[in-house]
Amino acid sequence: MSAAGRVRAVVRAPDAVLSRAAEKVDPADPWTVALAADLVATMRSAPGCVGLAAPQIGEGVQVFAVDVSGHPKTRTCHGTFVLCNAEVVAASRWQKAREGCLSVPDLTGDVKRAGLLTVTGQAPGTGETVALTTDAFEARAVQHELDHCAGLLFLDRVAGPHAIFARKVYL
Amino acid sequence: MYELAITVVGQDRPGIVADVSGVLAGLGFNLTDSTMTLLRGHFAMTLICLGRVDAAEVEEALAPVTADGNLIVAVRVVPPDTATVAPGTPYALLVHGADRLGIVAAVTGVLARAGGNITDLTTRLSGSLYLLSAEVDLPSTVDVDELMAELDEVAEKLGVDVTLRTAEADVL
Repeated sequence: MSAAGRVRAVVRAPDAVLSRAAEKVDPADPWTVALAADLVATMRSAPGCVGLAAPQIGEGVQVFAVDVSGHPKTRTCHGTFVLCNAEVVAASRWQKAREGCLSVPDLTGDVKRAGLLTVTGQAPGTGETVALTTDAFEARAVQHELDHCAGLLFLDRVAGPHAIFARKVYL
Repeated sequence: MYELAITVVGQDRPGIVADVSGVLAGLGFNLTDSTMTLLRGHFAMTLICLGRVDAAEVEEALAPVTADGNLIVAVRVVPPDTATVAPGTPYALLVHGADRLGIVAAVTGVLARAGGNITDLTTRLSGSLYLLSAEVDLPSTVDVDELMAELDEVAEKLGVDVTLRTAEADVL
């Protein structure tokens, strides 16, 4: 992640790439390393954005970036990180909260997510397997990005017709 | 005692709810269930109320609210709540995809053929994204896997994503 990434255009629903389960990647491939840098650069360029998955920049692969540093709902924080081919190992303490998405810019929804989460994945570049345990807002962000890698939007998980809202605040 | 169904639809402005409910309170009507929202910026309210004045008189009393021609009010007597639909198991349905003609008709048609009763529904057009969210009661006789397969088939034809999950109710 040393090389500076490019800020890429963010894809919006109903683009098909957001509805397809993403493919696994070779984390050591230079293409993956460049993609990881692009995800971080694009995430940082969008105000308030705490996570971005590869399908959101049009690449149907299982890579995502997260950075919840400084967010008031954050407890455990791993700073900026990118994971490839990540999977949930353990999830508990389910909590409902409202979330939005750069790819669904005008809506928010109440979604139940695990408040305590362990995932494993691979670091881009070295390809080493990483296990990450987190909670609260970082856990929510990771699950939101994992969903993108599985072809799901937060809309697919909202509780019902009264759990979807027009977005009122844009950062 | 009259049970009345009142709908108010039209151009939004501050004070519509206060005006309508003020008239009804003045006539001694008790608002029971009501819902109000903005649909694409248009004011839309539906309510059920109980009182001792007939529908025509209520509609007349509401005439000043519609005097500027920007709102349509309809008042009808409804028979007392006689549930004819057996309660089923509640499910949450979500459909999203590119806007096109007939999404709601096709998806709800599958549910209706299975005897599913929609108890709540919202649709939104957000940019080019069309979203349908509903709660549907499914009779216990429905094979949910089979219904899901049918919904998937319809969704594929329409190019939309559909999910159907048990509606969660945490009773505390």
